[in-house]
Amino acid sequence: MNMSDAHADYYVPEPSHYPVSLSLSLFLMFVGGATSLNGIGVGPVILGLGFLGFVLVLFGWFGTVIGESEAGKYNEQEDVSFRMGMMWFIFSEVMFFAAFFGALYYARMYSVPWLSGEGSGAATNQFLWPQFVANWPLLQTPSAYGFSEAKAVIGAWGIPAYNTAILLTSGFTVTMAHWALKAGNRSSLIGWLAATVALGVVFVYLQAGEYGHAYHELGLTMNAGIYGATFFMLTGFHGFHVSMGTFMLFVILMRSTKGHFTPKHHFAFEAVAWYWHFVDVVWVGLFIFVYWI
Amino acid sequence: MSDAAAHGEHDEHHGYHPGGMKRWLFTTNHKDIGTMYLIFALIMFFIGGAMAMVIRLELFQPGLQFVEPQFFNSMTTMHALVMIFGAVMPAWTGFANWLIPMMIGAPDMALPRLNNWSFWILPFAFTLLLGTFFMPGGAPAGGWTMYPPLVLQTGDAFPFLIFAVHFMGASSIAGAINIIATVFNMRAPGMTLMKLPLFVWTWIITAFLLIASIPVLAGAVTMLLTDKFFGTAFFAASGGGDPVMFQHIFWFFGHPEVYILILPAFGIASAIIPTFARKPLFGYASMVYATGAIAFLSFIVWAHHMFTVGMPLAGELFFMYTTVLIAVPTGVKVFNWCATLWQSSITFEVPMLFSLAFVILFTIGGFSGLMLGITPVDFQYHDTYFVVAHFHYVLVTGAIFSIISATYFWLPKWTGHMYDETLGKWHFWLSTISVNVLFFPQHFLGLAGMPRRIPDYAVQFADFNMVSSIGGFVFGFSQILFVMVIWKCVKGGEKATDRVWEGAHGLEWTLPSPPPYHSFTTPPAPASIEGGMR
Repeated sequence: MNMSDAHADYYVPEPSHYPVSLSLSLFLMFVGGATSLNGIGVGPVILGLGFLGFVLVLFGWFGTVIGESEAGKYNEQEDVSFRMGMMWFIFSEVMFFAAFFGALYYARMYSVPWLSGEGSGAATNQFLWPQFVANWPLLQTPSAYGFSEAKAVIGAWGIPAYNTAILLTSGFTVTMAHWALKAGNRSSLIGWLAATVALGVVFVYLQAGEYGHAYHELGLTMNAGIYGATFFMLTGFHGFHVSMGTFMLFVILMRSTKGHFTPKHHFAFEAVAWYWHFVDVVWVGLFIFVYWI
Repeated sequence: MSDAAAHGEHDEHHGYHPGGMKRWLFTTNHKDIGTMYLIFALIMFFIGGAMAMVIRLELFQPGLQFVEPQFFNSMTTMHALVMIFGAVMPAWTGFANWLIPMMIGAPDMALPRLNNWSFWILPFAFTLLLGTFFMPGGAPAGGWTMYPPLVLQTGDAFPFLIFAVHFMGASSIAGAINIIATVFNMRAPGMTLMKLPLFVWTWIITAFLLIASIPVLAGAVTMLLTDKFFGTAFFAASGGGDPVMFQHIFWFFGHPEVYILILPAFGIASAIIPTFARKPLFGYASMVYATGAIAFLSFIVWAHHMFTVGMPLAGELFFMYTTVLIAVPTGVKVFNWCATLWQSSITFEVPMLFSLAFVILFTIGGFSGLMLGITPVDFQYHDTYFVVAHFHYVLVTGAIFSIISATYFWLPKWTGHMYDETLGKWHFWLSTISVNVLFFPQHFLGLAGMPRRIPDYAVQFADFNMVSSIGGFVFGFSQILFVMVIWKCVKGGEKATDRVWEGAHGLEWTLPSPPPYHSFTTPPAPASIEGGMR
C-alpha cells in the first residue's frame, strides 16, 4: 500500500483489552456496591477492587488514546467522530438530569398540591392525611412516619449565588484558555486553565460546606421528604459532575504543561470545555428551580 | 514522514490479530462484534424463551401445578427484561454492526474500541441480572416495569436489578453514539443521506431515541435505589412524592423504547420486500419522514400506558390524540410496503415469507394498539391479556420475525453459504402458524377479562389458555430449527454468489460473500452507490 493510501485510511485501532477490562471492573463495582447495600461484609472490598481496576483501566485507555493522538494517528475524520461522540454523550447526560428535573416539577406542580386536596386529590387528602397543607419548599411531609423534618431550606442568595458567580466565571476563564490555545499562547493557556480548575475546586468546597450546614443545622436531609430528595439528588449529581469536570480540566492542564495540543489539534481540550459548559448550564437550572423560585 | 515509516506504522496497526478467545475479547472489528452481538441475542432469546415456556406450562390449566406464584412472577418479569434488553436490542445492534459499515461504504465503525465495550458490557450485565435467581428472595418479580412500591419489596436482588439496568443502559448509549458517529462521519463519498438504505435510516433514528430515553430510565431506577436505601421520598406519597410519578418517568423512557425495538424492523422490511418483489421501494422519502414522525410522536404519548392511574381528563385526552396520531406515519409505511408489492414479480424465499408475515401480523398488533390507545375502552383492556396479545404481536411477529427474516436474508452474505431453504420453510410455517395459535386467543382472554401477570385464573378461561399454551410450545420448539439452519449454513452449504439474491441492491452486495475482514478499506466508487434502496 502506498503512502497516500496509508494516510487516507481511517484509523481502526488494533485489538485492545481495555474495553473488556473496563466492563470487568465495573462489574466488580456493581457487585460490590449491591452486596454492600444488602449489608454483606465483603461488599466494600469487592467495590474497592473494582474501583482500583476502573482507575487503572481509565489511565491505560486514555493514556493509549493520548499516545495515539500525539503520534499523529488521528486526522480530521477521526476528530469529527470524537466530537460527535462527546456531543451526544453530553446530550445523554442532559437527559439524565432531565429525569430529576422532571421529578422536581412533577412533585411541585402535581403530587404535593394533589396530596393537599387540589385537583382530583380531595379524597386522597381527606382519607390519608387531612391535616396536610401544600407548602413549597416542602418542610412538613404529609406523614411524619419514616421521614425527618427540615427546619429550613438553603436560600438562594447566600452560597448558591456565590457558586453561580463562580461557575459562570469559570465558563469565562475556560473560554479565555481556549482563545489562548488557539492563539498559540501556552503560558496564558495554562494560567486560565489553572484558574478554571481552582474555581471548580472552590465550588465543590463551598457546596460541601453547604451540605454540612443543611444536614447538621437545618435538618435538610435526603430523608426530609420530596424537597430534600430532589434537592440532594439534583445538587448531588451536579456536584459529582463538577468534581469529574474539575478532574478532567486538571488532566488537560497537566497535558498543556507537557506541551500537548496545538492551535488546530486539541479535541480533548474542547471536549472538556463542552463538558464544563454543560455542568455550568445545569447549575443555572438548579439555581433557578431548586434554590430560587 | 518517510515511505518506510508509513509502511511500518501501517503494518503495526493491522499486525496484531490475537487468535482464540482473545480475538473475541479484544476485537475492534465491526464484523466480529456484530457476530458476538447476534450470538448473544440468540442465547438470550432461548433463555427468555425458556421462561416463556414455564409461563405457558403453568397456565396450561387453571390452578397451581408447577411453580410457586412468586417464581411465576419472576418468570414474567425476567422474560420481559431478557427479551427486551438481552434479545431484541442486542440483535438490532448486531445487525447494525455487521451491516451499517458495509451499507455506507465505511472501513469499520467510527469508534471501534467503544464498540467492543458496548458489547462486552452485556455478558456482565446479564450475569448481574440472571444471578439474582440464586439470591435470597429470588429474582425480581414485580414486573419488568419496576413500579414502586411493589418493586421495593424485592429481596437481595433489588440493587442487582438496578445496577444491571444501569449497565445495559451504558451499553445502549455507547452503541447509539457509535452508530450516529459512523453514519454521519463515515459515509463513502457520494452516499448522501437520502441515498442511505432504510435500515441505516431507521437505525439512526433509533439511536437518537436511545440517547434521549435510556438516561431517563437510568434516572428513574436511580430514584428507586435511593428510595429503597437512602430514605428519599420520590415515590412515597407520605413524603410528598408519588408512585405514579415513577410511571410517568418510566414510560417517558418506555414508549420511545418500544420504537427502539421496532424501527429497525421497518428498515429490514424495506430492504427485503423490494428485493423479492424485484421492484424499487415505493415512497422512499416518505418512509424516512414517517420514521422521523413516529420517533417524534413517541416522546409525547407515554401516558397511554397509564390511562387508569387517575390522570386529569385533559391529560387522558392529550395522550389519546397523540397516540392515535401515530397510526398516520405507521399507515404510510404499511401502505408503502403494499404498494411496493403491487404489480411486482414476487418470489417467496424464506426472508420474504418472514417479511410478509411481519407486515400482516405487525399490522394486527398495530390495530390492537389503536384499540388500547382509545382512553374510554382502555379502562376495560388495561392490564388484561389483550395487552399481552397486543405487544406480543408487535414484538414477536413484529421485531422477532423481522430479526429472523434479516438473518435469513444476510446469512449467505456473512457466511458465504446458502442456508437450507427447505428447513427454513419448515421453520417459517411452523413459527407463523404456532405464533398465531399462541397469541391470537389471548385477545379473547383479555376482552373477557383475564388479567395479565397471574399464575392461576378462573376456569372460564381454561380452553383458550390451553390452546395458547399448545401454540407456545410449538413456537418455542420450532426455534430449534432456526438454530439448525444457522449452524448448517455456518458450517457449509451451497456457495453463495456476491449478490446472493437476484433483486438485491446496495453496497454490501458488491462485496464478496463472505466479505473480507475489513469491508471498504478504500471507499467504493461513487458510481456504485444507488439511490435510496433503489
